[in-house]
Amino acid sequence: MQETNEKTAAMIEHLAAVNKILEKYNCDESKLIPILQEVQEEYKYLSKDVISYVATSLDIPPAKVYGVATFYAHFALEPKGKYVFKLCDGTACHVKKSHSILHALYDRLGLSDDKQTTDDLMFTVETVSCLGACGLAPVMLVNEDVYGQVKPEEAVAIIDDILAKAAAAE
Amino acid sequence: MSINKEIIVNGITVAFDNERNLLEVIRKAGIEIPTFCYHSELSIYGACRLCVVEVEGRGVMATCSTKPEPGMVIHTDTKQIRSIRKINIELLLANHDRECPSCVRSANCTLQDLARRLGVEEVRYKQLEEREEIDHSSPSLTRDPNKCVLCGDCVRVCDEVQGIGAIDFIGRGANAKVAPAFDQDLSSVECVNCGQCAAVCPTGAIIPKQDRNDVWDLLHDDSKIVVAQVAPAVRVGLGEHFGFEPGENTAGQLVNALKMMGFDYVFDTSFAADMTIFEEATEFLDRLGGSAPLPMFTSCCPAWVKFAEIYFPELLPNLSSCKSPQQMFGSVAKKVLPAKLNADKKDIVVVSIMPCTAKKYEATLDKFKHEDIPEVDKVLTTVEVGRMINSAGIKFDELDPEAFDMPLGFSTGAGVIFGATGGVMEAALRFAYEKVEGKTIKQLEFKEVRGLDAVKEATVNVGGTDLKVAVVYGLKKAKELAEKIRAGEADYHFVEVMACPGGCIAGAGQPITHDIEVRKERAKGLYTADKRMQLHKSQDNYMVQECYNECMGGEAGSHEAHHTLHTNYQNRCQIFDARVPVLKGDADKLLPIIVTICTKQENDPGQKLLALIVDYVKNNNLADKVEIEAAFTSRPSADGTIAVTVGSQTVERSKFKNAINTEEELANNAEFAKIKEAIDKELA
Ligand code: SF4
Ligand code: SF4
Ligand code: FES
Repeated sequence: MQETNEKTAAMIEHLAAVNKILEKYNCDESKLIPILQEVQEEYKYLSKDVISYVATSLDIPPAKVYGVATFYAHFALEPKGKYVFKLCDGTACHVKKSHSILHALYDRLGLSDDKQTTDDLMFTVETVSCLGACGLAPVMLVNEDVYGQVKPEEAVAIIDDILAKAAAAE
Repeated sequence: MSINKEIIVNGITVAFDNERNLLEVIRKAGIEIPTFCYHSELSIYGACRLCVVEVEGRGVMATCSTKPEPGMVIHTDTKQIRSIRKINIELLLANHDRECPSCVRSANCTLQDLARRLGVEEVRYKQLEEREEIDHSSPSLTRDPNKCVLCGDCVRVCDEVQGIGAIDFIGRGANAKVAPAFDQDLSSVECVNCGQCAAVCPTGAIIPKQDRNDVWDLLHDDSKIVVAQVAPAVRVGLGEHFGFEPGENTAGQLVNALKMMGFDYVFDTSFAADMTIFEEATEFLDRLGGSAPLPMFTSCCPAWVKFAEIYFPELLPNLSSCKSPQQMFGSVAKKVLPAKLNADKKDIVVVSIMPCTAKKYEATLDKFKHEDIPEVDKVLTTVEVGRMINSAGIKFDELDPEAFDMPLGFSTGAGVIFGATGGVMEAALRFAYEKVEGKTIKQLEFKEVRGLDAVKEATVNVGGTDLKVAVVYGLKKAKELAEKIRAGEADYHFVEVMACPGGCIAGAGQPITHDIEVRKERAKGLYTADKRMQLHKSQDNYMVQECYNECMGGEAGSHEAHHTLHTNYQNRCQIFDARVPVLKGDADKLLPIIVTICTKQENDPGQKLLALIVDYVKNNNLADKVEIEAAFTSRPSADGTIAVTVGSQTVERSKFKNAINTEEELANNAEFAKIKEAIDKELA
């Protein structure tokens, strides 16, 4: 009995948190977007389980919730790394060769357009459309921190820095 | 009097009244406006911009999403309008897989038709190179995203008319597409196979699955005796494929054509429909006597059955346990024909000709297979048969009518009206009335349950009891009705449900139409057939009675009849639930066991039950043969009901009152005993 309960306990806890969010919004279908936002804040991404669970709880089709989740770039359907590198690919940054930064990061971490998160869930590298700081182009965000006029070597150095700190902490 | 509700279209004054948009007013005036994303039965989407016209003083406007206003002056065919429409079609074609000659919708495709009508002779944009995979997973439908023009018609019909929403837009911009949740296969989601999405799709992006080649192979295989059963609605739909007037009964020509193509025997599903009435009306009278819960729902429509299995598992005991006429036919054919034809059962092949895509799915279900022999081997739609007749070079319109073969081709008018909404109910009432009153019924027609209203209600006095009946089509409407019944707000005795608009006559396997007049004509065709037939009551079908005498215990409801003609249902409510694997054996074939845990309840009894099942399996050395999962839901389990799936067939719904607290109490629970029994049975 004990063993079986342990297997299910994590999911129950997980969904209890989703229940709280759903209750906060009275299970109101029209609040789908804020509900998904809060769920994502809690879990960093929207898993298939969570999307289905939100759908059935709101009594709407999972395809509809999945549709909303894939429409807004803000929603992540896959787990992201602890450090999320968001590289601006707006016109100004593009012209200033933001791509060379992207590829330097990809190369350093073994990532690509199809695989943007490292297996150890440390790093995610993605592009975003204009961050609105064109004066600083090319611009990059690492979690909440903004880096302006970044050079490829500098971007790679940030990674090395994080890894070195992580190693020292161990 | 209101100021003149009039507009001027191409110089002609046109009055309007309550039309919901400019488009309907202009069409009323006899001017055709091309549309892609507009359907009178669906909400307005306004995406394709084909329906544009020029409104003086306002410019170019989409008529589907513009209200008519008095005094509007409209031009529908200016140079600018023509070129806008043409460019739009060109853009759609650029995104569309142009494999037209090999597409089943060729010659019946809105995109192709408009391209021709608007004079699009070249596409200047480059075709997309990336190809999406074709979804062949569903036994009923094939989805080819490469042909999708993103009009959203399918999305809206599934959501607004069927109340399901199995497919939706996913992604955005250039990556937008229409697909099931998580971009899964259609067969892994809640799609009930009704095919109404295929019926509204203007292109070949969703089509009924084509099984013609398999059937040709069977026809060309000399070792097989190929037997056809023809559903009622097919006879009033097929003619349209060959230019007959809508509703014209071409059953006789069809029998002739099928024989020419190599079918050995051609029988009538209406025979099985009569038999369904024997069983279903008997079951109903038993239920009235208290044998099982009321209201009783019909179970002829496999799309409705799957819908109930997903959304209303608590009402499954209310579904008639009768198989659909298609499966009854298959069961009886495989039971009686081997002796009659002096052939081996495995050499007799039953091919159904159905107005329906859901019947394709139904025929594949494991519960309708016995010792690996399916009751029904292949299912063709009306249109597929039309095309087979075309390809055989048969001039259908010149054929002499021929009669169905006996005995399984003999039917009464009651079995024929099954194809229209209200028909099953009427046939059942004709039976129940005589049974209860014990005298011959004078007034045969139950007009209250006829006609194309989506929901009909009637009260019929049978033997002194007022029976409240309801007839509904469209699954969204059925959902509303079932919700009322679940909430105890409706007190019907008997409810007929069909998924398609107007019943099987407008099934997704029929020639495509969105014209309500055509549907009316098809229904009328069935009622006319009833009138012209010799017998009108299923109970008068002496060939059915003979069949009971020969091999099914002599009467409806007998033990043997139950064995052959009845079925059970599967609770599919866990389809969306978050899952956690609990135990998985390594045998080749694993018995799936899924236990629902309600997250809204602390210490939900589902958890205890799950642990008990795991212990049971382990203690009995079955752990290798099973795959146990927990399914999590927030669905209220009001009465402590837990869904437990054991295998693909058996589902036990068990009641564990919250009061049961100790393991001992639970272990001694009668419902748990049932689950143990189910596990043992499935593994035996
Ligand atoms: S077949 Fe019916 S249920 Fe399935 S996607 Fe099409 S409309 Fe929806
Ligand atoms: S599949 Fe057909 S109906 Fe659905 S959006 Fe695509 S073209 Fe329109
Ligand atoms: S029909 Fe009006 S925009 Fe498509």
